[in-house]
Amino acid sequence: MTHHLAILQVVLPLIAAPICSLINHSKACWLFATTVAWLVFAMSLSLFLEVQTGGSIRYEIGGWQPPWGIEYHIDALAAFVLLLVSAMAAITLSAFQRSIAIEIPKHKQGLFYTAFLLCLTGLLGIVATADAFNIFVFLEISSLSAYALIALGRDRRALTASFEYLIMGTIGATFILIGIGLLYMQTGTLNIADLQARIPEISHLHSVHAAFAFFTIGIFLKLALFPLHHWLPGAYAYAPSAVSTFLAATATKVALYLLYRVFYTVFGFEFSFEVLQLHYILMPLSILAIVISSLNAIFQQDVKKMLAYSSLGQIGYMTLGISLLSDVGLIASILHLFNHAFIKGALFMTMACFLFRTPSMRLDDLNGAGRTMPWVGMAFVLGGLGLIGIPLTSGFISKWFLVSAVIEQGHWWLVAIIVFSSLLALIYVWRVVEHLFFREPSAALVANKQPIGALLPFTWIVLLSTLYFGINSDFPVQAAKAAAKVLQ
Amino acid sequence: MMLANSLYLNFAIPVIGACLIALLHQHRRAFELVFIGTAAVLLWNTLRLFDLGQAAYFTNISPFSLIDSIPLAFHLEPLGLLFSGIASSLFLVTTLYAIGYMNANNEKHLARFYFCFCIAIFAVMGIAFAANLLTLFIFYEILSFSTYPLVTHKGNEAARNGGRAYLGLLLSTSIGFFLIAILWVWGSTSELDFVRDGFLQEQMPKEALIVLYTLFAFGVGKAGLMPFHRWLPSAMVAPTPVSALLHAVAVVKAGVFCVLKITVYVFGIDLLSSSGASTLIIWVATATMLLASLVALTQDNLKARLAYSTVSQLSYIVLGAALATASSIAGASMHMATHAVGKITLFFCAGAIYTAAKKTKVSELDGLAKAMPITFIAYTIAALSIIGLPPMAGSWSKWFLLDGALQAEYFWVAIAFIISTLLNMAYLLPVVTRGFFAPAKDNISGIQEAPWMCLLPLSITAVSCFVLFFLLQELHLFLQPLFN
Repeated sequence: MTHHLAILQVVLPLIAAPICSLINHSKACWLFATTVAWLVFAMSLSLFLEVQTGGSIRYEIGGWQPPWGIEYHIDALAAFVLLLVSAMAAITLSAFQRSIAIEIPKHKQGLFYTAFLLCLTGLLGIVATADAFNIFVFLEISSLSAYALIALGRDRRALTASFEYLIMGTIGATFILIGIGLLYMQTGTLNIADLQARIPEISHLHSVHAAFAFFTIGIFLKLALFPLHHWLPGAYAYAPSAVSTFLAATATKVALYLLYRVFYTVFGFEFSFEVLQLHYILMPLSILAIVISSLNAIFQQDVKKMLAYSSLGQIGYMTLGISLLSDVGLIASILHLFNHAFIKGALFMTMACFLFRTPSMRLDDLNGAGRTMPWVGMAFVLGGLGLIGIPLTSGFISKWFLVSAVIEQGHWWLVAIIVFSSLLALIYVWRVVEHLFFREPSAALVANKQPIGALLPFTWIVLLSTLYFGINSDFPVQAAKAAAKVLQ
Repeated sequence: MMLANSLYLNFAIPVIGACLIALLHQHRRAFELVFIGTAAVLLWNTLRLFDLGQAAYFTNISPFSLIDSIPLAFHLEPLGLLFSGIASSLFLVTTLYAIGYMNANNEKHLARFYFCFCIAIFAVMGIAFAANLLTLFIFYEILSFSTYPLVTHKGNEAARNGGRAYLGLLLSTSIGFFLIAILWVWGSTSELDFVRDGFLQEQMPKEALIVLYTLFAFGVGKAGLMPFHRWLPSAMVAPTPVSALLHAVAVVKAGVFCVLKITVYVFGIDLLSSSGASTLIIWVATATMLLASLVALTQDNLKARLAYSTVSQLSYIVLGAALATASSIAGASMHMATHAVGKITLFFCAGAIYTAAKKTKVSELDGLAKAMPITFIAYTIAALSIIGLPPMAGSWSKWFLLDGALQAEYFWVAIAFIISTLLNMAYLLPVVTRGFFAPAKDNISGIQEAPWMCLLPLSITAVSCFVLFFLLQELHLFLQPLFN
């Protein structure tokens, strides 16, 4: 029975989405969508446990045997990412009801929940499916709904940000589609396991190399890896708080999952890294992402934008782990994918808390906000420490693995770069902390007593989980190790 | 079991104290009592550990694992016990002083202040009992962060800038050097546990050892080696009790304690002296010792002068570690104790003078001893101890350090010790001579001694400077397990 969950958890939000738009009543929609999200979370949790004990799950849709039918394949890596995505969706929906009610025009709230569920469907689908074309379909579902979600932002700049994301995202998705097409042309199959078996025979063909190139650019675009990152800061900064939180924690992570899948599973480690030597591109880009984005973050006036630039740097850490071509590096990458999702989620949630009482997310509007809202301020400080990678936060654990991997390879100059960028993170986090605690709050801020509601406890739950995983790192480390094993 | 429970209790006490203070934050008398009570119970339990611990040195106690196979682990050994003893006994004295000082100066946000103080002491306990490098590092960072709100307590521009230098320097050295050194050790030996006589034997080439030792010594920014010492004077924007306990005792001693511990239990005395891995640090520490003394001479602000004096005295301890002979290590360990007692007295006196007379500069102290005789007598005793004149405690530790330098055949270091002692006199004694012998410039008739809550602690610590002189034998015996 449980193996049906593999498809059910994708189908449930897909079916729930149009129902949501039919209900079209803000509160009822919220209740419905949240219930669905928690159900999906329960399913991915049981899938995760099942995969841990019984090994990976293969599900043939409609009983059609692969490679002719579409197959879903949940292995340790997929189960881990599914768990992350569904957990963040459930938490976001539960926490943000009041925030959404305030930030989004009333008549659009039903559609908001619809788009949110569709986006969730897309992200889960990309991870669960073992069919290349299916991946493209879900990629488009998640992207199109994400464009709509971002465009709902209060700020009119959300429209241009969404449009930019639409252009770049479409180019990325198209490139991925071309890659899939080229592979299909040469192999006649779309099933990933089948592709994996057939590609070695034809790996000398130029069209396979071209497919590889199209995949690379497409995924880098979706991943927002430097220099293809320009769409991301605006999209995160001007989107509604709930959307920033959810996308920051999941969207780029799923793109990273796609990167693992395509380069390790479809093309295979040998072809990607030994024949085509992708790491010679990946490593310099990662380093540039880490350094330049962190520097950019320091000069941002808008804190949400600063967090977005910080995300770009953190993505650099994840891809850097891959480019080291070692087991520890890959584990560090997967671990950071998980840990960073929670840390950045928590930080965007603190921003949403502040937005209840401050007019915007500009630094000057946040003056003294940590004094008037001490719990939110403290949450930001702790989340920021995670971003820097201070011990007892989960950020430290992933950095420990990453630096271990770097030292293992003897790249001492890379150690210096990681340390340098950690110090840059210290600067951009502390700049905000000083505004929060060492500036006088404006009179309007002191007078504003608007309640934050459920968002604050949920922020702390996410935050405490990052601290827990920093102190007792067994769960994420074991899961990341199991996931890395799948890719080898 | 008994041992583990008592050890955990030493962590639980400050945390429980901190939580109670947070809960009672609206009742000043109540949380002040909790603050003192926490310190008293902590001291009692630490003394119990002295009894229990000596039979169980180097037994690892681990609640759970942190990363993969590296556990969060604690153990008892002479250095750690000594450090926890110093910290918890001076903590008790400081609680009294802090309450007297904060109330007399109408400071605000007291509950937050005492809360962070307790957390800082919790971190100090973690550093004292850490059984591996990662545990040590974690508590080292907790100490940096828990003291940040104390340094910036006033919340104004000066506090913010001081805090920036404080956290910036401590964090950049710890992440940039300390953590990297730990990862390097982990990468090349797959071991992080402190072992008697060290565990790096023969595993690394000599050049690597030099770099590694340098990384550690600079990475522990709290040890205040130049050029990474600027955080200490910056931290002087904090209220005086913080300067006294944390920046003369707990934080800086945590720094030199880390250096000592790494020297003895990671490198091992034998390896260090045979490989010469610490040569560079010996140079740096000697230079810091002399330069900081010279800078102290130029400082007119009393707290700043004491801060630079601390930088200089810390280098004595680092030198003792880096010289790596039995005498110098014993001298360094004793200097942790004697300098702590002496310097906390000096800071208490500086705070008492500020509280009673609102004076912060050395040049303003003329004739003040007539109005505040107890404070100035205490200052004199402590100053003599730090200079190292018998019959004050400081004379023994300096004796051993000097002996250690001669044993290691670093004659120029021995000469530097002597020059530094002369400099100590030059910057510490003007306060005494001005106070007692110079005619008063301003009207001092209205000035009285500080409140008894300030006076009592500084008298206790001043007397201890004298008493410790006679406890040398016990202290030396206590440290013996380090050397065989």
